[in-house]
Amino acid sequence: MGSIDYTQELSVVEGKPALRELDELISKPLDSKPDIKFYIALAVTLTMLTIGAIGLTASLYYGTGLWGNNNPVGWGFPIVNFVFWIGIGHAGTLISAILFLFRQKWRTGIARFAEGMTIFAVITAMIFPIIHTGRPWLAAIYLLPYPNQHSLWVNFTSPLLWDVFAVSTYFTVSFVFWYIGLIPDFATLRDRTSNKIKKIIYSVTSLGWRHSNRHWQNYELTYLILAGFATPLVLSVHTIVSFDFAVAILPGWHTTIFPPYFVAGAVFSGFAMVQNVLIFIRKIFNYEHIITMDTLERMNKIILLTGMLVGYAYSMEFFIAWYSGVQPEVFAFMNRAFGDYFWAYWIMFSCNVFIPQLFWFKKVRRSIPFMFVIAVLVNVGMWFERFVITVTSLSRDYLPSSWAYFKPTLTDASLLIGSFGLFFTLVLLFTKSLPVISIAEVKAVVDGSQPKHGDH
Amino acid sequence: MSEKLFSYTALFNTPDEIIHAAKAVADKGYTKFDVNTPYPVHGMDSAMKLKTSKLGFVTLFAGLGGAALALLTMGWMMGIDYPNVIGGKPFFPLPAFIPITFELTVLVATLSTVAFLLFFFFKLPNNRHPLHDTNYMKNVSSDKYGVSIEAEDPKFNLEEVKSLFESLHASVIEPVYFDEEEVNYKPKIADGKFLAFLAAVAIFVSVSAYTHLNYLLYIVPFNWMAEQGKLVPQSTNDIFTNGSSMQTPVEGSVARGFIPYAFKDKPDEAGKFLVNPLIPNEQNLAVGKNKFNIYCSPCHGYLAEGDSRLRGQFPNPPSLHSEKVRGWSDGRIYHVIVEGQNVMPSYSSQLSREERWAVVNYIRVLQRSLNAKESDL
Repeated sequence: MGSIDYTQELSVVEGKPALRELDELISKPLDSKPDIKFYIALAVTLTMLTIGAIGLTASLYYGTGLWGNNNPVGWGFPIVNFVFWIGIGHAGTLISAILFLFRQKWRTGIARFAEGMTIFAVITAMIFPIIHTGRPWLAAIYLLPYPNQHSLWVNFTSPLLWDVFAVSTYFTVSFVFWYIGLIPDFATLRDRTSNKIKKIIYSVTSLGWRHSNRHWQNYELTYLILAGFATPLVLSVHTIVSFDFAVAILPGWHTTIFPPYFVAGAVFSGFAMVQNVLIFIRKIFNYEHIITMDTLERMNKIILLTGMLVGYAYSMEFFIAWYSGVQPEVFAFMNRAFGDYFWAYWIMFSCNVFIPQLFWFKKVRRSIPFMFVIAVLVNVGMWFERFVITVTSLSRDYLPSSWAYFKPTLTDASLLIGSFGLFFTLVLLFTKSLPVISIAEVKAVVDGSQPKHGDH
Repeated sequence: MSEKLFSYTALFNTPDEIIHAAKAVADKGYTKFDVNTPYPVHGMDSAMKLKTSKLGFVTLFAGLGGAALALLTMGWMMGIDYPNVIGGKPFFPLPAFIPITFELTVLVATLSTVAFLLFFFFKLPNNRHPLHDTNYMKNVSSDKYGVSIEAEDPKFNLEEVKSLFESLHASVIEPVYFDEEEVNYKPKIADGKFLAFLAAVAIFVSVSAYTHLNYLLYIVPFNWMAEQGKLVPQSTNDIFTNGSSMQTPVEGSVARGFIPYAFKDKPDEAGKFLVNPLIPNEQNLAVGKNKFNIYCSPCHGYLAEGDSRLRGQFPNPPSLHSEKVRGWSDGRIYHVIVEGQNVMPSYSSQLSREERWAVVNYIRVLQRSLNAKESDL
């Protein structure tokens, strides 16, 4: 350890691959036929997706009565899943935008993939509030301000409407950011391919990009501007999602700690998900020297950090409940930890706070099986966090006569399984249709790719 | 391949060489030249003597525009067009407008920046540039670094450019020509494929719009006349002097078919003088049964025994099979239907005159069914 020369920046790409080799490696999944493993994986995710589709069809045909939602727990699984999936998306923007602003070069290997996961997670998330409106085909009428016969406008002071704008903006900006990053790669693929149809597709999608430096100059500025916008945007999205709860007056929801706590939780679960999927990707496509063990270790450090932030928020909620002296508040939190849903609370607490502490050990941070299991548990814990927040507060509101226990139904379960099916199906299709690593960005950080004595 | 030269190009193997080459080309005073590299090379902008990008201004103004758009729209909708007190907030609740203002600022700024970048600054999409599909482009998009000096440059001289590239030790030096076909290509409107594409788009858009508007949303133009140009009672209009669409009838006017009831508050006279105009037959008994079951049976019971279906929520009426009611004339029963009695209200608005008599006939049938005459047996 003592032999590291700290005056030299460590390379983020192991070895010194030739640039043309990188082209071949990254575009290999696009040029080759998928193997049997891919089809098995796709079969599993499509089965999950079908289960979800059946649940969704039944929900649309018979109505939302098939769900476990009751009075007073009107939010139930759809909102839990929505918050969970939006949270998963946050790691992608953090990696692509915030780490870009901090000039963290290790992000280059994983940024494209993480951004892709952001887009897929937001698509998955958006389904839930839309079907939760009950008649999703009318959702646009409920959610968007448009001139209508009743001369009514939507309520711009409602956090639920803020959500509509936040999530749709987040999706649009993430998508544009992703596409801008893809343009030079499409151009590289266009010039590599000998297939006629692929050539047409890549010519269209690359828009005729010429790798011109007169373009690179503006392109880099745009990338910086987009990163600069995406950073406050990603913070705003989960802040606004937390407003859905925090602006309500329900005990256990009405707290000012929610925005930072939700953002930390989102980054926490998102990193865990990205880490999970990258472990497979780097192995299957032989990207071990691009998505290095160092990169994974850095991600684990961020999981540890955000896990402790979340743990701090859990404890601080109890402290504030006691310190405020507000009885319903104290009751709400005691009920969370020791009430009907104590099991959910302690699953959440141990998965999110205790288990990530193992990442203090370097051996655990660099062991693939360990980090994989821990990250899976983190996501279990984070799903239960949203369950605990949504359900425990609603099921025990101010009026004891209206208390009720929330029990999910089979349809709820099928929709949850289906959401994982949709997400992983999109991820699998992504790995075979687009370069999962940014070719241009990785080339720029390979050793010797920049002028040695550039006098800039 | 035509003979018309677009540019002369040189390929280099390392980033150091290309920086050096770009500097040399810029120092010679060439302006119409470009450097193509597989990724942005540090220090190239100053080597090529490029001016600072103006793109930031687009972002600034678009962002400000987005913020103003959001605030003005929300303020107009919630404060002017349809003022509504929500949660005790003022008509222009600035703090509650901040989230959406922020989101729209970001949205408008990023979309405009990207749109300006691609379509205005880069003039993309452009797949017809002469550099496309050349050996030069295939190399610079992978692992080589290239310089291209255009023939249109005022200082362009074939021999000079060649010797400049040679002195820079370029690995490959080659000319790029305009593609004659691409240069002379003119898009035709009346192209079969293009027209088919347009037709497909038109059909898709119309069918999906029709289905969506008609079957899912029921909005204009498929709202099934929910919105009509007629005058509705509470609306205003310019036709009448008092401006109201709903006018009171002229004094003394009588509604169509209206016949005044002569026995108001005179039950005995009604019993004496009113004569049942209907001879009981299958037709009017069926009408009577139908109307009795709808309007009378909830309290009187299906068999008129006073066995209400209302489970004590309304006082039960006496049986219609009593000595007293059986002794009443048809006119007397008719009077009760018209005027009501005790807690029973008038049914004159629910039943027409004929229907009332039909109900009376049906009541007689019910009465006979419990207290049949010898002759009925």
